[in-house]
Amino acid sequence: MTLKLGVPSKGRLMDKTFDWFADRGVTLRKSGGEREYAGAVDGIDGVELVLLSAGEIPRELAAGRIHLGVTGSDLVRERLANWDSRVVELAQMGFGGADLIIAVPQAWIDVDTLDDLDAVAAAFRAAHGHRLRIATKYHRLVRDFLRHHGVADYQLVDSQGATEGTIRNETAEAIADITSTGETLRANGLKILSDGLIHSSQATLFRGRRRGWTDAQRATLKALEAQLGL
Amino acid sequence: MTRSAYRAEGRAIGERCLAALRDAGAEQVDADILQPASVLLDLYGEDIRGRAYVTADPLRGEQMLRPDFTVPIVRRHMENGAEPARYTYLGAVFRQQDFDESRATESLQVGYELFDRDTPSADAEVFATIAGLLGDAPLRAATGDIGILRAAVLGLNTTERRKAALLRHLWRPRRFRQLLDRFGGRSPVPAARAALLEQADPMADLPPVMGLRSESEIAIRVAALKEDAAADPISTTELDLIDALLALSETCPNVLVALRDLSVDLPAIGAAVDGLSARLDALGARGVDVDALPFEGSYGRTSMEYYDGFVFGFYAESRPDLPPVATGGRYDALTAVLGGGTGVPAVGGVIRPEVLAELEAGA
Repeated sequence: MTLKLGVPSKGRLMDKTFDWFADRGVTLRKSGGEREYAGAVDGIDGVELVLLSAGEIPRELAAGRIHLGVTGSDLVRERLANWDSRVVELAQMGFGGADLIIAVPQAWIDVDTLDDLDAVAAAFRAAHGHRLRIATKYHRLVRDFLRHHGVADYQLVDSQGATEGTIRNETAEAIADITSTGETLRANGLKILSDGLIHSSQATLFRGRRRGWTDAQRATLKALEAQLGL
Repeated sequence: MTRSAYRAEGRAIGERCLAALRDAGAEQVDADILQPASVLLDLYGEDIRGRAYVTADPLRGEQMLRPDFTVPIVRRHMENGAEPARYTYLGAVFRQQDFDESRATESLQVGYELFDRDTPSADAEVFATIAGLLGDAPLRAATGDIGILRAAVLGLNTTERRKAALLRHLWRPRRFRQLLDRFGGRSPVPAARAALLEQADPMADLPPVMGLRSESEIAIRVAALKEDAAADPISTTELDLIDALLALSETCPNVLVALRDLSVDLPAIGAAVDGLSARLDALGARGVDVDALPFEGSYGRTSMEYYDGFVFGFYAESRPDLPPVATGGRYDALTAVLGGGTGVPAVGGVIRPEVLAELEAGA
């Protein structure tokens, strides 16, 4: 039985992952043509490369269909309830960095902290008859964060893209989104709350629970960890 | 879907409790398993999404598998009920378990809800009835009273705005503490707030306004922040009184003495303390051993925010891993919210018969 390593199937995240492994003496490559999602591994025995969407890697890891996986730490926390009991972080890989933050219009000069956001949410609900809407695709992370900090009278509205535009379009009053430089936020007239950092994400190598692994798979993991210097 | 391993035994205990409550004069009621999500979301906020199962109906929109019976029963009563009214029910409730896979996601509840204007007597009736149904199971009772904390906040010598902010967060201890620290001058003014307040006219160079929140709403809050900055901090004496109230953890009679002492400096809690005294008398009259009954000043503050007076729970001391065997409390404000402004005094409690069955099996 081989150890299945899930890696994002395209783009910068895939290239950077291949580089990271190559720097540590493990060569990952697409075995067929550029458009084919089959992979090969050189430099270590017993590891099989599985190329799939970064968003599906948390689910596949938790289900045990892959044994190791590279994906954003934000995606694991968002997609897996109780994530740290279901997967283990083996290495933070130092690329793919982005922050999940809460942002509001720059015109909200009275709002700089979660405390302000909470007070404004109460007033907004009283004035408009519905809860203050926060557009995001990170429902679990945002909800857990706001509950932990005791923010009330908000509602999450789903936004799978162009989230920065939801406020102008009056489908949300605030947003919770990923940003790396904050440039798009500023261009859209938004600012980040000073204590509104929900999670600093980066590409991370995870392993699933070892329940049901064979001795050979456990030995392969040991060898891989030694090779990668973990 | 994890079902309780004690389904059959729990069902039998539940049926017995239901029969006893019916015999005592309660009307048996039922509630749809699918409840409109909007009512529950407006009431509990977004947190309920993490605890209840949400599903979508193409025509009716978001629905939830009922997370409790109280809300549908209150809605039903507010539409066509007359006081006094006693309701009972037996059925499954559904809760997501994000953090503990061993906890049941579908569990049985048997409950008792009482709508009656005689508050101390109704509190005592629900507590004694639930306690009676639990029999001699080895349980630890816990009680508290959110109404006393509420009265203490209302009696603070500070602005109405600050009191409203504190009342809104009675059930979120962390945010409540932060607000108290800020209103009491115990935490520094955030830099951005200080910079805003230093400007002669903060609204002068306002960046372009977009979205539903208007310029006048921003101006109103800026004015409120100025008013707050000009107001005196809540006094150390009053902050200490709130701390003392929250730290209470004693038997009911000792707590009553302590609260009488506190009310010398905080007269606003007097009526609520009288209410506690009357409740203890009513409990005693029903045979509850109030001299041994514990009272905690903070009890009930981390549950979902609908209890606003008397709160209680029964816990298996030998099995801290189990959820509480029974919980309950007063929820007058909930009836007002669901009744469109007009509320009626209401108190209720639930027993989780499967937990009781598990406890008995392990004993």
